Amino acid sequence: MHAPPVAALRVRNLRKSYKDVTAVDGLDLEVRTSECFGLLGPNGAGKTTTIEICEGLTQPDSGEVEVLGLRWSSDAGRLRQRLGIQLQDTQLSEKLTVLETVRLFRSFFHQGPDASTVIGQVQLDEKQHARVGALSGGQKQRLALACALVGDPDLLFLDEPTTGLDPQARRQLWDLIDQFKLAGKSIILTTHYMDEAQRLCERVAIIDHGRVIALGTPRELIASIGVRHLVEFTGHAAGELDVSTVQRIDGVRDVHSENGTVRLQVTELHRAVPALLEELGRQGVALTELRTHSATLEDVFVALTGRHLRDE
Amino acid sequence: MNDRRAIADRLRTEAPVPRTSSEHPLGQLTLVRIREFIREPEALFWALFFPVLLSAGLGVAFRNRPSEVLKIATSTPPLADALRNERLLDVQQLSGSDAERALQTGQIALLAEATPDGTVVYRYDETNPEGRAARMLADDAVQRAGGRADPVRAADRLMREPGSRYIDFLIPGLVGMGIMGNSVWLLGFAITDARRRKLMKRIVATPMPRPYYLLSFLLFRMMLLVVEVGVPVSFGVLVFGVPLRGSLLILSGLCVLGSLAFSALGLLVASRARTIEAVSGLANLVMVPMWIVSGVFFSAQRFPDAVQPVIKALPLTALIDALRANMLQGAGVAQIARESGTLGVWLVVCFALALKVFRWR
Ligand SMILES: Nc1ncnc2c1ncn2[C@@H]1O[C@H](COP(=O)(O)OP(=O)(O)O)[C@@H](O)[C@H]1O
Ligand SMILES: [Mg+2]
Repeated sequence: MHAPPVAALRVRNLRKSYKDVTAVDGLDLEVRTSECFGLLGPNGAGKTTTIEICEGLTQPDSGEVEVLGLRWSSDAGRLRQRLGIQLQDTQLSEKLTVLETVRLFRSFFHQGPDASTVIGQVQLDEKQHARVGALSGGQKQRLALACALVGDPDLLFLDEPTTGLDPQARRQLWDLIDQFKLAGKSIILTTHYMDEAQRLCERVAIIDHGRVIALGTPRELIASIGVRHLVEFTGHAAGELDVSTVQRIDGVRDVHSENGTVRLQVTELHRAVPALLEELGRQGVALTELRTHSATLEDVFVALTGRHLRDE
Repeated sequence: MNDRRAIADRLRTEAPVPRTSSEHPLGQLTLVRIREFIREPEALFWALFFPVLLSAGLGVAFRNRPSEVLKIATSTPPLADALRNERLLDVQQLSGSDAERALQTGQIALLAEATPDGTVVYRYDETNPEGRAARMLADDAVQRAGGRADPVRAADRLMREPGSRYIDFLIPGLVGMGIMGNSVWLLGFAITDARRRKLMKRIVATPMPRPYYLLSFLLFRMMLLVVEVGVPVSFGVLVFGVPLRGSLLILSGLCVLGSLAFSALGLLVASRARTIEAVSGLANLVMVPMWIVSGVFFSAQRFPDAVQPVIKALPLTALIDALRANMLQGAGVAQIARESGTLGVWLVVCFALALKVFRWR
């Protein structure tokens, strides 16, 4: 009954280069059974390359990959039966209906729920006879999820499941993913949305330039930068502000001034903000905007790399 | 929360469903092929109705007209009476200027005029076969009326043989062309489109055995073949009386072999292409020369002897030659062995090459 715990995924020193880019540069990962693990990183960080190597679709240059305790070189057939996969930007055939598509994918697996059950799970019952071409973006993503679930997988790979969706469709998809977490499935998902990682994942690896630059629960990661809150303001003459005086305010950790916007990292909001307002008044800066928020994974990424996850 | 739990439990304990044949991956993939095809009206038109329209159009345009009657004119009444003894001439009596105009506008093939000194003058275009034929018929009629006795007795036995008309030549050509076009386009487009959409990569990420994917195209080709050969052949047989002198079994075998060979060619064309533009360009590059030289619309014999070995080695030439031999001459297996061999070589070489370079993503 008590089999030794097998990691859902174990990756060691993974490397993959394309002609002139190193997409994955010595990456290590360990995903536990029944956890939802997130790979968070900006576009081009190497998330898709990593996940597709784990899915047995891309051959790595070097490194070891063990999925559900099995290896692609020797157990590909068995592994395929146990994985649920959603790729970044797959366009399913537009002329088929939802039901036909799910039945097609169902036929590839030895076991699993029947097509209409899965369609119900992703809340597409009403659309089951609609052509795929007539679905909205969110519905298409849910169909892709259905195709990933149809073999009753032990491990689910989701590559940017909500990219390009509107907020409502994203929340709907998150709710669905929550349900599959309750079913005890292991999930690996990639995203460049920090709120998605924070909302869904027990643990997150932050990826940049093909490496893991931070690993932990979202809470741990946020705590690791030692900053609880961020304060941001703009105002007339904010550009000429004497930053060094702001720096000395109690509870302020770091000050950045850029294009007339000033950003502070703050440990204690209730002490720093009144002191800041007083200092601004003294220097004659008229505020036009003042914002504070609790630190997020985005701030972790900024603290580690000096860049934003989504560089517009 | 409660119904979330319920869904979660359901997920965990769902019993495997027993498989019917329609749950088999090959069955499902083949169904996809059929659905994608019939839900694309343009594809249906080009594959099935176009050959019928084309053979109807060309069959009518190039039909051998039954006992052609030639139109001629004369302005001299006695000459008109003499000429009317010839059944194959349609003689009009026109005034001088009307006759002149009719000749110049090609409404008549020949104008016969009697001159005062008794000579009959024939005016016609000697480069026009109708003009020359009219000249012979008219002169015969005039000489007989003038009292000429033929020294040798002659009799006619008329033949109108199916199998030697243009439509008989055309139908096998169109069937061969259809098999080539449908095979190459179907595999070329469907495979490249699936690759472009990353759908192929997605399917390869499932446990589906890869040969099933390719096999589903071949199975669908075999179904389509029944219609794409059956329709133009039945049309030719029923409407124009095109003969089917060879064994139907051999004819079917030939169509299957041709379809497989061209599917392999289509697979090769699509083996690496990532865009529809690339695959269209490649498919046209491969097919257009064969449309021209392989004898679809006119005999490949018209090309110089030096290139005949190359033309004969092409798969479309082999298929069409064999189809014509079977349908029109009733050739058996032995007489089409060379053509079948050529198709077989194309099949094996293209298929092996395609599998070697095929890009599954
Ligand atoms: N097939 C490929 N050929 C060449 N370069 C590639 C290929 N796939 C990915 N790359 C490059 O590798 C890097 C990582 O890409 P990717 O894994 O897709 O990142 P992410 O999914 O995190 O956005 C990028 O610089 C990308 O341009
Ligand atoms: Mg990606």
